[in-house]
Amino acid sequence: MATPMTTMSPLVEQMYASIGVNPHSVKGDPNIAHIEIHQNRVLGVHLVPGFEVEAEEREDGIAAVMRVRAGVHIDKPVQVCFGVIPETGLQRIELDITVEDGARVGILAHCTFPFARSVRHEMDAVIRVGRHAEYAYFERHVHGAEGGVIVIPKTRVHVAEGGRFRTDFELIKGRVGEIDIDLDATCEAHSVLDVLARVSGSQNDRIRINETARLVGEGARGVLNTHIALRDEARAEVYNTLIANAPEARGHVDCKEIVQGNAIAKAVPIVEVNNPKAHVTHEAAIGSVDSKQLETLMSRGLTEDEAVDLIIQGLLS
Amino acid sequence: MSILQLQDISLKLGGKPILDGLTMDVWAGHVHAVIGPNGAGKSTMASLIMGLSGYTHYTGELYFDGQSLRDVPVDARARMGISLAWQEPARFEGLKVRAFLQAAAKDKREARLREVLDQVGLHPDRYLDRAVDKTLSGGERKRVELASILAMEPRLVIMDEPDSGIDVAALERIFAALDVLRAQRATVLMITHSLAVLQQADHAFLLCHGRIHDKGDVEAISRYFEDKCLPCAVPQQLECEV
Repeated sequence: MATPMTTMSPLVEQMYASIGVNPHSVKGDPNIAHIEIHQNRVLGVHLVPGFEVEAEEREDGIAAVMRVRAGVHIDKPVQVCFGVIPETGLQRIELDITVEDGARVGILAHCTFPFARSVRHEMDAVIRVGRHAEYAYFERHVHGAEGGVIVIPKTRVHVAEGGRFRTDFELIKGRVGEIDIDLDATCEAHSVLDVLARVSGSQNDRIRINETARLVGEGARGVLNTHIALRDEARAEVYNTLIANAPEARGHVDCKEIVQGNAIAKAVPIVEVNNPKAHVTHEAAIGSVDSKQLETLMSRGLTEDEAVDLIIQGLLS
Repeated sequence: MSILQLQDISLKLGGKPILDGLTMDVWAGHVHAVIGPNGAGKSTMASLIMGLSGYTHYTGELYFDGQSLRDVPVDARARMGISLAWQEPARFEGLKVRAFLQAAAKDKREARLREVLDQVGLHPDRYLDRAVDKTLSGGERKRVELASILAMEPRLVIMDEPDSGIDVAALERIFAALDVLRAQRATVLMITHSLAVLQQADHAFLLCHGRIHDKGDVEAISRYFEDKCLPCAVPQQLECEV
């Protein structure tokens, strides 16, 4: 849709600054595709061959269709920056993403709400990963200290035969506010799904994660991983469901939560196997910091607080 | 000169006496081994010296450099110069070897981190960015832990069963690291029931039923342990006048 930008708006600079990324390192390289979206405006788009984007600005957000053409390998990760810089605002993003057969793409998405007091960010994404295609999506959130953000990402994923889908959601800088992640994925034969969410909550943050993976094809593999650290009065609920319907399907659900202060964590791993040749496992660990880890670090001279911070840093890394 | 003194230390766990009038002096700058059969109280002694939770309700006195360690928490003991290498080191999900070493290191520069990894026989390029988690073998974790202690440069190192769960090659690396500690003039207290480990020490203590049964020359203690302790499967039936 748009041509590469030759100048940079102050808003784009502000968005990149808030996520600690030098915009010139992104925008100065013609081989890096990038998109910048502030509230309901597309501030910049640069595309590379085989990667297509059509975006429509709406009253309260953006609807975008992204497509990676069959067999195309995008070498450098596509940089996407979503954000709301003012203290208040609404951003609804509709994404329709198709990675065609044999294509490969990685996306680094930054979502920044650095000054939010009352910001709502909704994402409604449909992602299709073609046969033997690969899609890796790393979403990093940067929130302000006020906790005035509500984030509601909803994602529907279909991974075709031999396809690979990997997503890594990170919200460890600033206050969470409220987040309600909803992901539902269907995996065809010999496909691979790898989902990781890492969130750090404090004060009165609220975290809800609801992820479902359906391994419907023979030999499909799926992992749902959740790592959460909670302090103060923060609350988290994690519902991970893994359903294996096909022979040789393999899956694992893993939820680890460290709880401090008056925080409360709840994890509900659900595994369902509907084929005698499928195999699914789950593991959930919720509790305070492991005393052996703590005392190991303290026996190196770290204070208890320093040791806890380092352990959490590792868990969320 | 004594750097660590245990005077008539007794400790019960779950109502059962584990240490019972334990008295010993550890000399500064020397490598000591504490050998004894299973259940003798060796690891309990190590935990007590480090001040780990659950091991602080002892009677008797424990001094480091003439200063009582009663009510001194683990981290303060570490800052005084005491550290412990666990029999089974902890796993830290996601925590990189680099960060783990840096947390302990006196000199936090990259070159120093690489040096201590080299000293325990782990190639820095292959290990600095790995996590200290289940992807490392038991022997690798033991060596990473020892590297962190070398980086910390403590004055007293307690090594709890340095040979447990590792192969011969890894044990050689741990013995090599012991030479580094000697060169640093650190005091080392090795907890073991292995004669191979015992042979690395300058002095030895024989611990049984929570107290020192004998001390002194490594060869003499080694012979006694081999002749009297090893054949005795049940410590209570030991034929050694304990």
